[in-house]
Amino acid sequence: MLAPAIYLSAALFAIGTLGVIVRRNAIIIFLCIELQLNAVNLAFVALSRHVGIEGQIYVFFVMTVAAAEAAVGLAIIISIFRHYETVNVDKFNVLKW
Amino acid sequence: MTSPALAYAADAAVAADGWVPVLPGAMVLLPLLGFVLNGLLALRSARDSSAALRAGRDWSPLVGDRRPATHTLPTWIGPGVMALAFGLALLNFLGMPAEMHDPVVRSYWGWVVTGELRIDAALQLDQLSMLMTLVVTGVGFLIHVFSVGYMRDDPGYPRYFAYLNLFVFFMLVLVLGSSFATMFVGWEGVGLCSYLLIGYWFSDREKSDAGKKAFIVNRIGDVGFLLAMFLIFGAFGTLDFAPIFAGTEGQLAAGGALVTAITLLLLLGAAGKSAQLPLHIWLPDAMAGPTPVSALIHAATMVTAGVYMVVRSSVLYSLAPTSQAVVAGVGVLTALVAATIALQQYDIKKVLAYSTISQLGFMFLAAGVGAYTAAIFHLVTHAFFKALLFLGAGAVIHSMHHAAHRSHTDFDEQDMRNMGGLRRHMPITCAVMWVATLAIAGIWPLAGFFSKDEIIWYAAAWAGAESNPFAGPYAAFWALALLTALLTAFYMARLMVMTFHGESRTGEDARRHLHEAPGVMTVPLVALAALSVFGGWINVPEVLRSSFAGLFGALPMTEWLHHWLHPVTHAATSIQIAGFGEAAKHAPLGGGEATWALLSTLAAAAVVAVAVRVVGSRKFQPASLDSGPEGGLRLALYNKWYFDELYDAVVVRPVVALSRWCWRAVDNRVIDGLVNMTGSVARLAGWTTSLFQTGQVNMYAFVLTLGILCFLGAAVLL
Repeated sequence: MLAPAIYLSAALFAIGTLGVIVRRNAIIIFLCIELQLNAVNLAFVALSRHVGIEGQIYVFFVMTVAAAEAAVGLAIIISIFRHYETVNVDKFNVLKW
Repeated sequence: MTSPALAYAADAAVAADGWVPVLPGAMVLLPLLGFVLNGLLALRSARDSSAALRAGRDWSPLVGDRRPATHTLPTWIGPGVMALAFGLALLNFLGMPAEMHDPVVRSYWGWVVTGELRIDAALQLDQLSMLMTLVVTGVGFLIHVFSVGYMRDDPGYPRYFAYLNLFVFFMLVLVLGSSFATMFVGWEGVGLCSYLLIGYWFSDREKSDAGKKAFIVNRIGDVGFLLAMFLIFGAFGTLDFAPIFAGTEGQLAAGGALVTAITLLLLLGAAGKSAQLPLHIWLPDAMAGPTPVSALIHAATMVTAGVYMVVRSSVLYSLAPTSQAVVAGVGVLTALVAATIALQQYDIKKVLAYSTISQLGFMFLAAGVGAYTAAIFHLVTHAFFKALLFLGAGAVIHSMHHAAHRSHTDFDEQDMRNMGGLRRHMPITCAVMWVATLAIAGIWPLAGFFSKDEIIWYAAAWAGAESNPFAGPYAAFWALALLTALLTAFYMARLMVMTFHGESRTGEDARRHLHEAPGVMTVPLVALAALSVFGGWINVPEVLRSSFAGLFGALPMTEWLHHWLHPVTHAATSIQIAGFGEAAKHAPLGGGEATWALLSTLAAAAVVAVAVRVVGSRKFQPASLDSGPEGGLRLALYNKWYFDELYDAVVVRPVVALSRWCWRAVDNRVIDGLVNMTGSVARLAGWTTSLFQTGQVNMYAFVLTLGILCFLGAAVLL
């Protein structure tokens, strides 16, 4: 059962990465990041059968961080939206030289 | 611990012949102490005046009832340390055994100890250095006393004495140093003091420029001295005098290229310091300094350092006959050229400056014909009468300055065309200056007669030596020296007549304020006059003893100086005699020493008489009405043979043009260009890379992913 789980994890991670790169909507990018995190979680869980319980413990940490990140990230997106009245990341390009 | 220099230093620390010098270090350090004390007073005075300036008060140490301590203490400190140093020098001089063969070397500490080179901070006491010390401290003391009167009303009074004391310190290091390196320390030190004192009135642009000129021209000579020192170290492995001069004969081939190069380079150094052709141009300009400075530094002591150095290195010179001929040639040409220029100068100090250059030329001629005693003899007598002439001129300038100041008229107080008839106002100064004039002119029985005649005679005798390779040139030098001696008599008599005799050309108002110098100035003048009269008697030649010149045997101390300096000069003399045979007993045109001495003193007296007549009958205009000579030889002499113009065209202008080119092309373009290029390259690189920072989050994520993929790919594939 290990190989299909790893393949699935890889596919999910690739989809998430592609989403982060090509999408412009901040909410969608955010969702794609969550997808990447969960793809990693899946890989951890699958591998823990062979390696040991540490993989499952890591998943808890990842979920905790993801939750915290979601809270902060959404707050940032909301405040940006209040300022620009859009969540299109193409419009947020003032942070440069 | 086996180097020869070290062993020598250890040996010589014990006094040879059982004679122990009395506090030789104190002799040198006393003037340094004077410099420190006067220097502190000068700083204090500068602080006081700047504090007053800040407070908006008009402050001068010379206005008001009482002078501040900063302007009274130097009167005692300056001449005081000189008197003590002179006392010590006299004590050592009298105590030194005349027959002492080896010099006493007092080593204090190892100054430079590195590898094979060891230079001690050491003093060498022998007959020559003690005689020089006596002249420096003795004449120096008299000039310090004179300065008390001359500089009394100068706001920089303590600074003046600080510099003067420092000068004496360095001069003593120069003459007492026991190696070429310690001598060089004094050599540079006196150069520094000369610069400081020429530019003493530094707020005057012309005067500070004169100081710079002296310093820069001397640098050219110093290069020669330094290179000579390198060659000496290369040949001997030490710079100490005693082992070098003791081992010269064995180590250097007589007439070889090495010894010739060393001596010619040393001559370059000596020519710079002693203002010989072609480096003489700084000395006339050095007259910008206070007149006692001209007397002490630019007549009696510092400028004779070159002569001292050549005599000190006499062993080396006697091994290099070519160099000797060059020394004599440079000397006699300098003497002649300077004497001709002195004929047509109007500034009283310029005449004396050219006269000094001319007399230094005589000393070089003496050294060049191997008459080292005669060179030192003339150095000593010249110190007496030329210091007297300068101090006398100082008294005249002092008086003229007061006259101009008090009558509120403006005229050049050094221009002899503005003087005339000063004899009535300054009888003492006039009398002592006549003594000095007759002495320098070579009138019997004054000091200059014996010393100058000795030089001229040796030139003649040397030309006639059996196997002298340069007999012809030396005969010519002798003839030129005779001619120059007559010119000397003429320009000095001209100076005296223009200054002290005839109608007064000073303005009606100013004339009433002319006065004799105060006692503090006339006493040193009289003392120097006595020395100018009797100074020549220390070396009456044996041959002249029984003739008229020696008062038919009545003059004491026959050839005393010759015997006194024998331990220093005999090595050189014996090399010379071995190489070229004994000097002749007859001049090239026949006649012995006594004949020529009689002839030359009669000729000099005749020239003085003619000059008094000729110059006395000429009508001079005050400087403001006189436009100077109109053309021909007189104009060329008035313009000093155009030496300054020549150097300006050949050296100064090309150097300035080259510097300008370096500034515009090399500095502005190449160097600044390189510096600016590093800036612009960094800027360009920054601008290029900043293009990657778009502010687009997706772009960053893409590049990040790409990067990770590259690393992963590399890790997997490799």
